[in-house]
Amino acid sequence: MNLLLQANGLIDAISQPWHWSISGAAIALILLLLTWMGKSFGVSTSFQVMCAAAGAGKRFSYFDIDLKENFWRIAFVVGAFIGGAIGANYLQSPEPVAISEATISHLEDWGIDYPETIEEGSGMIPTDVFNLGNLKGVLLAIVGGFLVGFGTRYAGGCTSGHAITGLSHLQLPSLIAVIGFFAGGLIMTFLIMPLIFG
Amino acid sequence: MKNFSFLAVGILFGIVMSKSEAISWFRIHEMFRFESFHMYGIMGTAVVLGAFFMWAIKKWKIKTLEGTIVNYADKEKTTSKYLLGGGIFGLGWALIGACPGPIYVLLGQGFMIFLVVLVSALVGTFTYGAIRHKLPH
Repeated sequence: MNLLLQANGLIDAISQPWHWSISGAAIALILLLLTWMGKSFGVSTSFQVMCAAAGAGKRFSYFDIDLKENFWRIAFVVGAFIGGAIGANYLQSPEPVAISEATISHLEDWGIDYPETIEEGSGMIPTDVFNLGNLKGVLLAIVGGFLVGFGTRYAGGCTSGHAITGLSHLQLPSLIAVIGFFAGGLIMTFLIMPLIFG
Repeated sequence: MKNFSFLAVGILFGIVMSKSEAISWFRIHEMFRFESFHMYGIMGTAVVLGAFFMWAIKKWKIKTLEGTIVNYADKEKTTSKYLLGGGIFGLGWALIGACPGPIYVLLGQGFMIFLVVLVSALVGTFTYGAIRHKLPH
């Protein structure tokens, strides 16, 4: 009984929003775990593996890779999916994501509402825009998804492979990639998104 | 059995991504507008601690579970693919507020539109694989 109460207390504690230093340390721990397990942390290779599994290797050499050797990447992203479900269903924060007032008022100008209570939304995505019933949101999802999938493989890695793993191994190319990520992100945020939402 | 351990680390990753709020479109937008330290704090901590872990694991030649020594292959020393590919990636990242890891996590959280994002990302990767010989690297 006592143990059960303690377990509940632990779940309550984990359910609070995490301080950035805790989150950062947890990500470093995942990098350490995967390295210790003999693998290199990088999520976007899973896109290449899925294309390869669908038979793309017969036509393009880029997808001609050893599926068995890469199967762990599929196990990992299935895990990420399950982790997301656990996060949303069992470890939900009592309040929506606490973004800054400056961002909230700027988004108001774009007509994007920020959830004030958890009943209105968790603050993960602007559901008014990004939902399957909104054609504009679906089109943005298609364009954004394509750019991410194309760009990440072109750059040879994404946030995990370059910004976390590459930088942790002190790779200059990864720093160049991260500069590229930010250049693209800033152009989208300050030059293109105002045209879409403004 | 071995794949179960990768599934387990993946679950941990999904939970960490959820609780860190790094999967939040709002957090990514706020980051690109430099209106909060949150995302920079996460990445800064992860890289500083990660660099220490990687340094230590190499210095003390700690063996992996596969019995090998960690031998990270240096990234190819070139610029165009990182800047161009990275730039294209950044455009998409800021628009949908999610990089590859969070796409899976948000789908798990029940945001079905990320199924569209995932399929489109796979089409993007396929397109890259099909035309890569024509691109500057």
